[in-house]
Amino acid sequence: MNGPKPTPAIHPVIQIGGLWTQFDDLVVHRDLNLEVKTGEVVSLVGGSGSGKTTLMRQMLGLETPTRGSVKIFGISLHDSPALILKKIRKRWGVLFQEGALYSALSVFDNIALALRELRVFDEGFIRDMVMLKLDMVGIERRHAGKMPAELSGGMVKRIALARALVLEPELVFLDEPTAGLDPDRSESFVRLIESLHGQLGFTVVMVTHDLDTLVSLSDKVAVLADQRVLVYGPLEEVVRVDHPFIRSFFLGDRGLRALSAAKEPVFGPALPGAAR
Amino acid sequence: MPGATMVSEPTVDTLQDGKGGSLIALAGAWDIRALERQARALQQSLRASAGARDARWDLSKVQRLDHIGALLIWRAWGRKRPAQIDLRPEHEIFFANVEGTGALVSGRRRIDWFAPVRALGEWMLGAGEHVVDIVRLLGQMLIDSMVLLRRPARGPWREISASVYRIGTQALGITAAVGFLIGIVLSYLSSEQLKAFGANVFIVNILGIGIIRELGPVICAVLVAGRSGSAITAQLGVMRVTEELDALAVMGIPYTVRLILPKVVALSIAMPLLILWTSGIALVGGAISANLQLGISVNQFLTGLPAAVPTVNLWLGVGKGVVFGALIALVACHFGLRIKPNTESLGAGTTNSVVTSITTVILADAVFAVLFNDVGISLL
Repeated sequence: MNGPKPTPAIHPVIQIGGLWTQFDDLVVHRDLNLEVKTGEVVSLVGGSGSGKTTLMRQMLGLETPTRGSVKIFGISLHDSPALILKKIRKRWGVLFQEGALYSALSVFDNIALALRELRVFDEGFIRDMVMLKLDMVGIERRHAGKMPAELSGGMVKRIALARALVLEPELVFLDEPTAGLDPDRSESFVRLIESLHGQLGFTVVMVTHDLDTLVSLSDKVAVLADQRVLVYGPLEEVVRVDHPFIRSFFLGDRGLRALSAAKEPVFGPALPGAAR
Repeated sequence: MPGATMVSEPTVDTLQDGKGGSLIALAGAWDIRALERQARALQQSLRASAGARDARWDLSKVQRLDHIGALLIWRAWGRKRPAQIDLRPEHEIFFANVEGTGALVSGRRRIDWFAPVRALGEWMLGAGEHVVDIVRLLGQMLIDSMVLLRRPARGPWREISASVYRIGTQALGITAAVGFLIGIVLSYLSSEQLKAFGANVFIVNILGIGIIRELGPVICAVLVAGRSGSAITAQLGVMRVTEELDALAVMGIPYTVRLILPKVVALSIAMPLLILWTSGIALVGGAISANLQLGISVNQFLTGLPAAVPTVNLWLGVGKGVVFGALIALVACHFGLRIKPNTESLGAGTTNSVVTSITTVILADAVFAVLFNDVGISLL
């Protein structure tokens, strides 16, 4: 990335070690390990029920794993004092699948909320900042006074992204960033994330089902299968692993189409299954 | 914090360069992490420095910058870049983004002096609209139910039965508790007055007429409106939000028959029964209190009751129950169907539903009082 250098960190941004998740008898994660380095864009993929969303919620501290540790910026989420966790929560931004805009607040107030909560900036500064963020995500300013219920799905996503980025986070979580958008909008949303990531250099962790999004954004892909991270690496490495999920996810018709449409085509002649 | 030692605090230094000009040097980390602690102080020192004419701004020692820092500096500049500036190339992008906000026009709203008048007018029109909508809903429901006359087996009998259980049976406890207490309170207060006139036996008349004809139905209706009316509105509202109502419509199942008819019928059945139950318990409470206060035995109270209260009052209470039940159900369904797919609308709709149904019940009660003013009251 040629953007500004993010914080020089000794620790990886995310460090998950020996994580177990168990619902009664059902083991979702068995001794799972994952490490995300500064500035990377990591996609979590996996079949339904493989625990992608659960894993993401555990990284956000919304759920506690049965065993194991989740460290964000080198700080454990589950046994740190509340004050430290509060600091961490200001350093990350989250884009929820449905946007999760506060329906009682206008677009402007949704974005301004986190800035106002800091209680150091005056209203003039906050207004400028909100307008700046709206510009960055390509939302016209006349929409600032609208309520979330009046917006289309694509706009909700963009505004939710602006809200996630308002405190200039070092780490951004994206939950299905393009789900529910039409191909055109999802394409432009991916471009938007790409360009913002290029400018701001934040680390991205995303859960996605959409192969086009995955191919165009990720530096690394973590495949969740068999209750663990099956493979973790660049896309071209991942598709070479022989596993039923990878075969059906990446090397089905849709997968191959997305892979071959990528800027640098991912598969060479040696790809298993590509001959089908 | 990792790396904290390598990054220093943001600072502003103003130096004289000896040729009459000044050099303003910014250094350290100008990002949210540092600024959230000292934004105010930095803003002040930036403003103080920015006053100097022909100053040269040196930003090359800024270690970290983000949009928040850039905006802070740019606002101190008076929303335009100074002539002389040293800026790291990688920080250029932040100022470029921030400069885009220059043409900000704040959408100031005009003051509307007629707003209160307009609001009143809108409110009245809105109230009329509600009445029309409720009548339309009732009509639609009756038209859709015509099918059931030909094929009664297709009626939503199971839904009706479930609703009667939820609205009626499960409310027995709360209505009994409230009715009992009301009976005791009413009896206690009246007996004080009656004792003064030596008219102790009239406690039976007061409680009999008051509870069976008036208090039982109204209290019961208020309780049911709060308990079941709100539940019905919320249920329909959520079904609207989750597009379940649309799903029913496209499957060709009229929601009036499946959802609204069962509620209206169930409330019309459950309400009179609940009223009888509440009135009965309230009379028991009243009798116990009368026994303690006035020394009228429970047996004397119960035998005096038929003479003091003509039977028609009982029918009046039951009739009120049917009407109140149907009204509560219709109002609750009407507000449920109006809910828009957002959380705020759900909350507001439920509140409006309960307030309106209680008001409607009391209005209807007034109508009953006027219509039946010479029925069932035996003058001595």
